[in-house]
Amino acid sequence: MKKDVYILGIETSCDETAASVVKNGSEIVSNVVASQIESQKRFGGVVPEIASRHHVEEITLVIEKALEDAGLDPDELDAVAVTEGPGLVGALLIGINAAKAFAFANSLPIIGVHHIAGHIYANQLVQPMEFPLLALIVSGGHTEMIIMREHGSFELIGETRDDAAGEAYDKVARVLGLPYPGGPHVDKLALASENAVEFPRAWLEPDSYDFSFSGLKSAVINYKHNLEQRGGTLDEEAVAAGFQQSVVEVLTVKALRAAQEYRVKQVIAAGGVSANKGLRNSLEATFAKENIPFSVPPIALCTDNAAMIAAAGTQMFLSDVRGELSMNGRPGMQLESWNH
Amino acid sequence: MIWLGIDTANSPLSVALVEDGRILCEQTSTFARTHSIQAMPAIERLLNEASLRPSDLEAIAVSEGPGSYTGVRIGVTLAKTLAWTLKIPLVGVSSLEVIAANAVPFEGVIVPLFDARRENVYCGLYKSKGERLHRIWEDRHGTLEQLLEDVACINQPVLFVGVDVDIHKTKISAMLGDQAVFAPFPQQLPRASQLISLAEQRVPASDIHQFVPNYRRIPEAEANWIKEQKQVKSHD
Ligand SMILES: [Zn+2]
Repeated sequence: MKKDVYILGIETSCDETAASVVKNGSEIVSNVVASQIESQKRFGGVVPEIASRHHVEEITLVIEKALEDAGLDPDELDAVAVTEGPGLVGALLIGINAAKAFAFANSLPIIGVHHIAGHIYANQLVQPMEFPLLALIVSGGHTEMIIMREHGSFELIGETRDDAAGEAYDKVARVLGLPYPGGPHVDKLALASENAVEFPRAWLEPDSYDFSFSGLKSAVINYKHNLEQRGGTLDEEAVAAGFQQSVVEVLTVKALRAAQEYRVKQVIAAGGVSANKGLRNSLEATFAKENIPFSVPPIALCTDNAAMIAAAGTQMFLSDVRGELSMNGRPGMQLESWNH
Repeated sequence: MIWLGIDTANSPLSVALVEDGRILCEQTSTFARTHSIQAMPAIERLLNEASLRPSDLEAIAVSEGPGSYTGVRIGVTLAKTLAWTLKIPLVGVSSLEVIAANAVPFEGVIVPLFDARRENVYCGLYKSKGERLHRIWEDRHGTLEQLLEDVACINQPVLFVGVDVDIHKTKISAMLGDQAVFAPFPQQLPRASQLISLAEQRVPASDIHQFVPNYRRIPEAEANWIKEQKQVKSHD
């Protein structure tokens, strides 16, 4: 009989301190996330030094809670998986050094996981992955489309050339005077609106799978500016709706084109912005019409968490990938450099 | 009792194993590229050399800052995670005190110092009493100029300790003249065995989870935010 594999995941790449135990790469045994949103709210964004300080305060508590919730002792684990990059370097280093100390003290192997691979493998916690697979990653730091032909293989076919989609959401939220983090507020306003201001779509070259959101962001800023100069009143809902329609349409159309070109068996969305209802609805409807299986993990698994790191780490563990105690944080780590 | 000591607060790296007041092994280096790459392998090597397993460790001492934010955090994160998972006591010691202790039994005052950029320093003021070290001022962050003005008032020789002293030597000599004395190079480096010897005299942290670095400085974003809050209040 094959033995069950238990992996402890640790994630500290941005402003969540997270630890989780995952069984066989697909079953969440425990999942603990300490968020810093309340603290970072003061600054209207994530201040790296403050993020690092919070991680040191939380890290052992979060790991302990993950083990307690799982009812497991360290010697019942098979390995420790930790986010190696990309992310804020000072923040990554807390998770990495805690993972090293924990792994060393308990004679466990350590595995460095790419954060985006983690987001993709979050889907494995919901249903098995089918290849070839298209992953659409949309978050505050990423807007990427990745083709996977098998486990551990990642081909980046498109990415943003300027702002990430989530970044554009946060900036537009600020323009509309919405609180941080702005994405969910824009989504809510957009869904409530009956009208939409018409904003441009950045399609780029006809065959490109890349994205660009900075022009759209400027268009929103200019629209508000012109309106104010004319003494008009801003319909925030209509602006949010127009902005969201532009983002969602570009993402949906490009994802569909990629899914068809690469003849994928499954499309998955991941990253914080895939929690966005407008985007979910559009992707679900589009792929349902085309009969292409589409899935997006539950919201708690879309935002940063450690279960996804443990899930991706399990795949690496089973492929005999092992890290070293000299692991360093890799803030600009490329996904394709991580193929194994 | 077997202690592991870890000092990564500034550019030097020092790790040591001490058993009942006897150094088993110690490694101190100044060529560390980053502590994240070198600290944990150094600890592993140390234990291997002493033929010890992690579970043989009985207490951990860590240099808790001030110093490089990232450096301090790496040492503290390693130390608190090891102490928590091995269920052993953890003791934090000021990183300034660790190098000040190198200068005992210097007669006069001892000023450990780390460069904090833009003409600022982290510094402390200590004095030897017999074989022991006594703290005169709280460790602090401030301008080098203010520090030198303050120590000039003390009519005693002042010994400057720390690898960063060289950066400021000219200015120190210009302001203090003969009053300033500089520690020889072997005394400039933090030694984890020294850290352990100070830690042995301390009470361990009551809650390892709550153990955090002693930065001696709040982040710029937070300082600005506090300033803004005060302005908002005074406008009310
Ligand atoms: Zn993420």
